[in-house]
Amino acid sequence: MTGPTHDDVSGVRRAPRASVAETSEGAQELATRTRTPPAELRREAGAVLRIPEGGVVDTGDIDLERPTDETMIINMGPQHPSTHGVLRLMLELDGETVLRTKPVIGYLHTGMEKTAEELTYVQGGTNVTRMDYLSPLSNELVFSMATEALLGVELPPRSTWIRMLMAELQRISSHLMWMATNGMDLGSTSMMIYGFREREMILAFFEKTTGLRMNHNYIRPGGVAADLPDGWEDDVDVICETILRRTYEYDELLTGQPIFRERMEGVGSISAEEAIALSVTGPILRSTGVPWDLRRSMPYLEYDKLDFDVIVGTFGDNFDRYAIRLNEIRESIKLVRQIAERMPPGDYRVQDRKVTPPPRARIDESMEALIHHFKIFTEGFRVPEGEVYVAIESPRGEIGCYLVSDGTSKPYRLHIRGPSFVNLQAVPALLRGGLIADAVAIISSVDPVMGEVDR
Amino acid sequence: MGLLSDIREDLKFFGGFKLTFEHLTRPRVTRQYPEEKKPKQPRQHGRHVLSRYEDGMEKCIGCELCAGVCPADCIYVRGLDNPPDHPVSPGERYGYVYEINYLRCIHCDLCVEACPTEAITESKLFEFSFTNRADAIYTKAELLVGSDGRPQKLPWEDWRDGDDLHTSGWMRATAPNGSAAYEGEVQWSGELGYGVRPPEGGQSGRRDDAATGTLALREVLEAHLLDEDIPLAHRGMRGRLWRAQLSAARNRRKMAQARERFKDLRAARTRDRREPRQVRP
Repeated sequence: MTGPTHDDVSGVRRAPRASVAETSEGAQELATRTRTPPAELRREAGAVLRIPEGGVVDTGDIDLERPTDETMIINMGPQHPSTHGVLRLMLELDGETVLRTKPVIGYLHTGMEKTAEELTYVQGGTNVTRMDYLSPLSNELVFSMATEALLGVELPPRSTWIRMLMAELQRISSHLMWMATNGMDLGSTSMMIYGFREREMILAFFEKTTGLRMNHNYIRPGGVAADLPDGWEDDVDVICETILRRTYEYDELLTGQPIFRERMEGVGSISAEEAIALSVTGPILRSTGVPWDLRRSMPYLEYDKLDFDVIVGTFGDNFDRYAIRLNEIRESIKLVRQIAERMPPGDYRVQDRKVTPPPRARIDESMEALIHHFKIFTEGFRVPEGEVYVAIESPRGEIGCYLVSDGTSKPYRLHIRGPSFVNLQAVPALLRGGLIADAVAIISSVDPVMGEVDR
Repeated sequence: MGLLSDIREDLKFFGGFKLTFEHLTRPRVTRQYPEEKKPKQPRQHGRHVLSRYEDGMEKCIGCELCAGVCPADCIYVRGLDNPPDHPVSPGERYGYVYEINYLRCIHCDLCVEACPTEAITESKLFEFSFTNRADAIYTKAELLVGSDGRPQKLPWEDWRDGDDLHTSGWMRATAPNGSAAYEGEVQWSGELGYGVRPPEGGQSGRRDDAATGTLALREVLEAHLLDEDIPLAHRGMRGRLWRAQLSAARNRRKMAQARERFKDLRAARTRDRREPRQVRP
């Protein structure tokens, strides 16, 4: 808008607002060295805010005096096919070496956290499931668990075990998807096809169970929407059998490959201290040797009753992250088999009529059931006042849900701590000093899902 | 020794080639998509239909519960009192206006769960596209099943055989709402043309996959399985031949269909010459 505008209330003429391109934190773009203050330069060059200067990151190798005309700033994304969506990276290069990186985000921002305030808790699942679209069930699970924590309901055991089964299958499918795209980023189209082929089996099972291949709205506050379909035991069995055997084929195709190892080993390494200072979680943190897996560190659902290993790496490089994800597929198969074996019978949704609608047969029989049915599908259920933070281990790391309720049937505030968003902060540190050719491999190994980054 | 092990290390990439070549003898997992499609499971969410009771009366009572629960705000319903001399639905009121905007619908099927009379259910059709926004808004005229109970097949929808069978599985799957005691029980009314649809067995033990249309993953994804899980006749080079025969039969069928269509087209053209075609307003 140009020219002076009128304030509606006072009628005072005011100058037009300043440029809207800049946020309160300044422009997001990477500026040339002459226009960047030294403190900012040091920060961008890879030093981490929370690490005391000169502590862990060796600032000695950051050449602050380099003249601007020796370096080049190039723009990668948001339309670059290897940035896994609409991630935009601004890279400062000296020849082929990356000096500074700035991830620019917001290209997929759709205001989902704000939308959540407009939807009831019954409808909310359809919204949060679209954030991390490669593991939608993790989003639903954390949202449901946060709502249940405020409601204070006790879940029937079968619902918990179905949730674990679905979450572990989701982890396998998400990691397979990562194996596929990572293979493609490195030029291995065979791996891309094999990864998608195996993922299809899990998606077909989700389709059979929830009616949809993604964005299921299957895990709801109070339990799960429907029971597992007829014949699920055999389906889960055939999935585990097939995918486990195929992971050994991936070993043959990638793990032992000299070419693959050349591209992965020692590329994009990060230390445990850096990773912790950047709040990085998931496979990236575990690749540095920190055994931090919320299923083990802060057990939720019934994970403490199951037998599984937390896979950790040593060097914090791309290859460790690859190996962790591959082995987590095997661990998840182990978990799925245990869960399928121990699946308890009984109700799979809490039978509290204030939270769960009555069985369909009851609508015609009881006036009260009909009223509950109408109340839940129009107004939803009221959640007691309070606030809660619940975190679970998604395939990408710690996904948290901060939920504030004001006692109505809609959240007052919903915030998702997206692991992709936080892990993306590690990209400048991972890329610094590396080659531009490795940038694609490093972005891939971080496994960002832009739907979750921007929300 | 060092040299030998180095060479052995370097030759490891042949393992990858071996694996890729091995795939020549494995069944192909891809399909000839628009011609051939993956079978659909009964719980599949798709394009909605408004169903009728077995006597032909409409099930919708215009209560607007579907519109109320829709997270995407894509349903618009208005109810009206039934005319006493020729009632449309068995209750007091009926759905006078019923519109779904498919540019907004996310197919979460909360409307199906909410409908107290099982009036709004879903078919398994999900491949439909429009060339203008007005076509995306389905009115009651398009959503309501015909007098034989079959869903209407609009020109831009890709209906295949079986897409209208075993539908509304999600409504039946969510009908117990978490109560194990209600699994395997019929909790819904009959539908015109299909009668009372059978429930999934669930934990009741009364499982009948043929009646519910539930498909095992072993059938649907046969080509994805490990070699020993695939029936002998469909495995290896023999499987290749079997599939080649299938595709030859499919091609013959397609050619025959094309010939039929061509015949129709020719007939239509000759008709055109005699009388001017009706132009849709």
